[in-house]
This record gives sequence, C-alpha cells and structure tokens, in this order.
Amino acid sequence: MAEVAPSVSGRAWTRPPMIASATLRWCILVGTIVYLIAAFITLDVNWQRIAQGWERGQRFLGGFAPPDFVTRGDAIFDGVLESLWMAFAATVVGIILSIPIGVGGARNLVPPPVYIVCRSFMAITRTLPEILVAILFVKLFGFGTFAGFVTLTFATIGYFGKLLAEDIEAANQAPLEAMRAAGASWLQRLNYAVQPLVMPRAIGIAIYRLDMNFRESAVIGIVGAGGIGATLNTAFDRYEFPSAAAILLVIIIIVLGSEYLSAFCRRLVR
Amino acid sequence: MPVLRLEKLLKRYERTGYDALKSISFTVEPGQIVALIGPSGAGKSTLIRCVNRLVEPTSGKVLWGDVDLVGLNSNELRGARRKIGMIFQEFALVDRLSVMENVLSGRLGYVNFWQSLTRRFPQKDIDEAFRLLDRVGLMDHVDKRADKLSGGQRQRVGIARALMQDPDLLLVDEPTASLDPKTSRQIMRLIAELCRERKLTAIINIHDVPLAKMFAERVIGLKDGAVVFDGPADQLAGEVLTRIYGEEDWEEAGQRALMKFVQLGDGGPSVDPTRLAGLR
Ligand SMILES: Nc1ncnc2c1ncn2[C@@H]1O[C@H](COP(=O)(O)OP(=O)(O)OP(=O)(O)O)[C@@H](O)[C@H]1O
Ligand SMILES: [Mg+2]
Repeated sequence: MAEVAPSVSGRAWTRPPMIASATLRWCILVGTIVYLIAAFITLDVNWQRIAQGWERGQRFLGGFAPPDFVTRGDAIFDGVLESLWMAFAATVVGIILSIPIGVGGARNLVPPPVYIVCRSFMAITRTLPEILVAILFVKLFGFGTFAGFVTLTFATIGYFGKLLAEDIEAANQAPLEAMRAAGASWLQRLNYAVQPLVMPRAIGIAIYRLDMNFRESAVIGIVGAGGIGATLNTAFDRYEFPSAAAILLVIIIIVLGSEYLSAFCRRLVR
Repeated sequence: MPVLRLEKLLKRYERTGYDALKSISFTVEPGQIVALIGPSGAGKSTLIRCVNRLVEPTSGKVLWGDVDLVGLNSNELRGARRKIGMIFQEFALVDRLSVMENVLSGRLGYVNFWQSLTRRFPQKDIDEAFRLLDRVGLMDHVDKRADKLSGGQRQRVGIARALMQDPDLLLVDEPTASLDPKTSRQIMRLIAELCRERKLTAIINIHDVPLAKMFAERVIGLKDGAVVFDGPADQLAGEVLTRIYGEEDWEEAGQRALMKFVQLGDGGPSVDPTRLAGLR
C-alpha cells in the first residue's frame, strides 16, 4: 500500500449530481412540490361522500361472499374456455403479424422510410385503448369472440412489435457487422445475428402477452367481445354477485398459473 | 492473387465533420502481412473497415486487382466480401449459437437462405469446418455454445469463421486487445501461420509494437489519419516510434516488453507439418 500524501488526505468527495446546475436543481425540486400541493388543493375531496361510499362499498363487497361457483358453473366454464381460446389465438396471430413490423421498426436493419412506417403503425395500435378498439370491432363484426380476437390481435401487434424492435436495436451489433462482412444476405443476417440474440426475451414477452390478453379478454367482454368478460358482465347485470366473485377468483387463479408457467418457460430458454 | 491498392482514400464522418482518414494511398503485395499501428484514434479501424466498406469511404479508391470496391453495388459488394475475411477485437461471435454454427456462418455468402436456415451446409463446408476447428485446436468444443468459451478460444472461433470464407484477403482489427499477453502471442502466431499457409494477404491492426515486429514483415504507421511510416518491421525503433506515437523512451519500453515475452516462454500451439499437409 502506498502512503497517502498528507496534502491529499481528508479531502472530501461526494458523487457529482445528475443535474450540474444548482439553481436548476432547486427550481425543479421546488416546482415539483408546489405543483403537488396545488394539485391536491384542486382535487376537491368530498369527505362526507367518501364516508357514505365506504359503507356502500362494504355492503357491495359483502354481497360477493361467499363466491358461488355452482349456479353459473357451465357459463363460467364456457366463458373461461372462450377467453383462453381468444387470448391464445390472438397472441399467436398477433405475434406472427408483429414480427415483420417489429423488424421493420428496428433502425439498424431497414432503410428510414420503412422504419418510420412501421414505428408509426405500432404507435397507433398502442395509443388506442383496447376498450375503444373492442367497441369498434364489435360494431364491425357483431357480438362475440371474433371481435374480441381481432381486438387482442391488434393490441398484441403494437405491444410485441415495439418491444421486439427495441430489443433488436439494443442487442449487440458486432455479430451483425461480422455477418455483413462475410457477405451474408439480409435474411441470413436476421437468422444468424439477430434471432438468436432476441429469442429468449421474445419468448418471455410472448408469454407475458398471453397473460395480458387473457386479462384483457375479461375487460373487453364487457363491451360485447365475448369470453369470460361477457359472463362477468351478465352476472353483474343480474346482481349475481357470488357468481361474479367466483368468476373474478377464476381469473385470478388462471393469471397466477400463467405467472408460474412464464417463469418456467423463461428458465427453459435462459 | 490480386494486389490491394488504396488510392487517395478519404473518410469524413459526417456527423462530426472529422476527417478520420486523410488521403491514404498504399499498395499491398499478394501474400504480404502488413501491421497497421498507431495511437488510439489514428484511424486504424476506420481504414480497415473502409476496405470492405463496413464504413463507407467518402472518396478515393480501394482497388482489389482491377476492381474498385468503392464502386460496387450492394450485390457485387456482397460477392466481393465473401473473399475478404475479417477478425474482430471483441470476436463478434453470436454468443447463443454453437461453435460450429459460428464457424459455418463464414459460408453464408456461398449458400442460399434455405440451406443456412436449416443449417444444412454442403458436406465439403462441414469437412472444412472440422479441419479448421482441428487446426485452431477446438475439436473438443464443436457443439458448445460460443459464450461458454474463454477469450482465446473465442478468438480461435473468430479465426476459423474468417477462414471458412476461403478468403484471399484478411482484415484483422486488434485481434489480441481483449486477451492476456501469452494468449495474444499464440493468437498472433496462429493468424500469421494461417496467412502463410494459405498465402493470404493480411492487414492487421495492432496496438502492440513488439507483436507487430514479431509477426509482420511490413509495418504502416498511422497518425491522425495519415501514413507517417511505411517500411520493414525491423526499422521500427526510436525515432520512427516517436514520429508515430509521440515522445517516450521507446528503446527502454521495447526492451521491457521483449523481456516480458522471453519470461513468459513459448506456449503457442505448435504446428504439426503432417496436419498442415491436409489443408488445401
Ligand atoms: N462513427 C463515427 N462517427 C464519428 N467519428 C468517428 C466514428 N468512428 C470513429 N470516429 C473517429 O475517427 C477517428 C478514428 O477512429 P478509429 O476507430 O478508426 O481509430 P483507431 O485507430 O482504430 O483507434 P483505436 O486504436 O482506439 O481503436 C477517431 O477520432 C474517432 O473519434
Ligand atoms: Mg480501432
């Protein structure tokens, strides 16, 4: 160990701040606090209404107990099957369609015009809330699972395509360069220098999207797109809260199951 | 075998407006091994990448025989690149593919998409891949994933991949910068031996002056995008090094570096002449 020179010992060190200008730093901090306070003041909370609502909420929740799996058992079973089918088909078809669009949205693989078109398309599909898309497709195709399937496919394209494009751009570019130097064609470069790098995460995302699609199917069912959501909606309409509780529990259990499944699959592909 | 001639090669990076190469001209004879040395930022990587147009030259010519590589369209360029092997500092392997797949990927310019997708390469390619893997000492690792290998082994895969292209010209960008001194020397020796066996023309970027002297017959010194030295490796001493790298006591530094190699001893893979006979 070298001796520390006396003139150097005792010199303070702190981590350099992220924003160099102290004035700017304080402005941002004070500004944020002022804005938060202002936001709370304008919220205009009606405490009396909240107290009433609390009681009503308790009664509402009490209506759910105990969950009734039996009375509407067949409907629940059919709804779950429909939703699972819808989610699975939409995930598969959505991912197949999103691969070319996602690749087209990777700046390092395509010329700028293609990039802009693909990115814009994905931005649009992601901005539109699923429920609105579902309403549109229910109007187009009528009530039922097909409208739900199309809605979820549409949402999957934007979501999966975007993440795929980002992954491709963030991946190690060196193999791509090496394949280019070896005279590989565009498709060969995709197959050798991109696919192996993005595959593990893509599989993880695909399984997560399946899980999302299942949950979404419960929501869009409410506007007529079939599946467990439709069953849930009917239960609420008829004030059959114990059945509704059973449906919610089934949804939770399936989502939990898919959680384990996705963890397991990710371990498999590493 | 064609002659490689650079004529007034200029590269300006548009984003920064910086001239990384300022009118470079030189000729490399067939079968010659040229070491390209120079301080960091001198433009060595840029130069080497301009030859196979991974970096697009701003102006000038890269003549490979009678063909100006700068003038080729993208299809012709792909054809030309097949015959130009490249070896990278960080190996540039596909980590998640096996050693064999990485080596075979050197043939991508020769096989169609379907063959490469299904990994059904012609038998003669597979034979050659095994021969090369044997030559670089990786026969025990054929089906291992590339990221399971050590740095030196990974560079051997990189070398085998480049040679799979059956190249006439080898571009090598700092092949040893990620390796320890002993492995560096083994890798440099392997590259030099393979170049001689196959009579390849090679340009090798290298930071390490003693290594350059040891394995290259000719050295080109680059500084700030211009050639400041071009001559036989044994002229590389005191005054010349100062011209390339700036002031420093080169005699003493060189002595120290050489001493280090002597102490390390010679652990390189020895060349078995009978094995060489089987290669092309
Ligand atoms: N893509 C780029 N855009 C802008 N400038 C660049 C780019 N690539 C390299 N440069 C600049 O060009 C000059 C030469 O870079 P180059 O990588 O060729 O140097 P080098 O000799 O290989 O250095 P090193 O020994 O560190 O690898 C440097 O000043 C670098 O900053
Ligand atoms: Mg470099």
